[in-house]
Amino acid sequence: MSPILLAILVLGILGLAGGAILVLASKFMAVYEDPRIAEVAECLAGANCGGCGYAGCSDYAEAIVKNGAPTSKCAPGGSKATEAINRIMGQSGSGGPELKAYVACNGSDENCGKRFEYQGLKTCAAAAGIAGGPSACSFGCLGLGDCTRACMFDAIHVTRGVAKVDRDKCTGCTACTTVCPRGVIKIKPAASQPAVKCSSKEKGAAVNKACKVGCIGCGLCAKNCPNGAITVENNLASIDYEKCNGCGACAEKCPKKAILWIEGKPQPVDVPGTGA
Amino acid sequence: MSSGVATFATIFFSMILVNNYVLVQFLGICPFLGVSKKLDSSVGMGLAVIAVMFIATAVTFPLQMFLLDKEGLAYMQTIIFILVIAVLVQLIEITLKRYIPALYKSLGVYLPLITTNCCVLGVTILAVQNYSADMAAYGFGFAYAEALICSVGAGVGFLVAMLLFCGVRQRVENADPPESFKGLPITLVSAAITSLSFMGFGGLVENIISALM
Repeated sequence: MSPILLAILVLGILGLAGGAILVLASKFMAVYEDPRIAEVAECLAGANCGGCGYAGCSDYAEAIVKNGAPTSKCAPGGSKATEAINRIMGQSGSGGPELKAYVACNGSDENCGKRFEYQGLKTCAAAAGIAGGPSACSFGCLGLGDCTRACMFDAIHVTRGVAKVDRDKCTGCTACTTVCPRGVIKIKPAASQPAVKCSSKEKGAAVNKACKVGCIGCGLCAKNCPNGAITVENNLASIDYEKCNGCGACAEKCPKKAILWIEGKPQPVDVPGTGA
Repeated sequence: MSSGVATFATIFFSMILVNNYVLVQFLGICPFLGVSKKLDSSVGMGLAVIAVMFIATAVTFPLQMFLLDKEGLAYMQTIIFILVIAVLVQLIEITLKRYIPALYKSLGVYLPLITTNCCVLGVTILAVQNYSADMAAYGFGFAYAEALICSVGAGVGFLVAMLLFCGVRQRVENADPPESFKGLPITLVSAAITSLSFMGFGGLVENIISALM
């Protein structure tokens, strides 16, 4: 047999045998995959941000179809994605309010002092680990941008030493809230409501020393909230967004200007119980 | 028999340290740079490479000995090995998906990536080059065992290189190099220094093992 013919035969037979094995294997070991998984994955944002708590969009889609995971967890996709998924899965219900991140700290360079000059690695995680961090307030934003690096949507940036969320770009995926070593980035509904721009649990006097705009836990906001949406705990006010209707009384009364409007001005609202 | 054990141990450890495929022989650089950004993905890639290297060598070594060398087709080695490895990887993927979905999930992404990885092709071809001569001297079983141990050692070496470089990379990410070095350049420089450190292992393993035995 000529060597050329032999070579062609050997390669051809090997190739054919390999192909046959693969065909047989995919026939006999085929795994049935629910076609809805692909459809659900289509509806998700496709950013693979991990905000839903699953490894990625396809993983979340699989969890929805196979394990009946809640359909409202795709923050970037928003309520549109949830409704589309519900249509596929034959469920009802909408996505709930759209959520976005905000930074519960206003300790920019002008407002909050420094205890020492930090020269180490330029990450918040590293800075937070050294003697309680360089900033005068041991609860506030460190301003080294771990959140900026975590954000997949270019929606959070550090300006003058404190992180600020671009609420137009933010999808509420919570990548920044999990990466922040101080936990100052929080999630709230996208609707127009004021937010407590402080995370300090220090007593009032200590807060006053460290920061010009920190929450001192005086409780004026809680007293003046017509809806009882504000509670002061551990010297820090917190707003219950289920109850808050965005009247803005708290932001007006706060003596330290620690409760601020994140987007726009207060909207004229119907205050429940006033008969308006 | 102790000489056999010594030979196997020498092969295994020198594949990890002295002849490390990535850092000394410069094979498989693409996944080395591409997947080493995160610890879990580099572990997944490393494990997938170990498995594929072992199975690929287990099939290609006898193929070379009993088919290609016998029929004078040794010049077709590369194309036939690529064909066989590609089929094998696909087969492993299908089998894992069916029977071990958990393992498929952790390795799944990386398996197709290494179908035609030069590292895997490299280990099969180098095993044939280095150990085919032993077949005449010690019989097929011994040569086959040598080749298999070489392949596992090469895979473990790949995993070690990935893990080490993953650690280096996380440091590099936090460093503040000059603008022109940012990104790939500084990664390549640090890869070069990591590989330089492995050059120090030259001759070490053989001497230690022969002293022990």
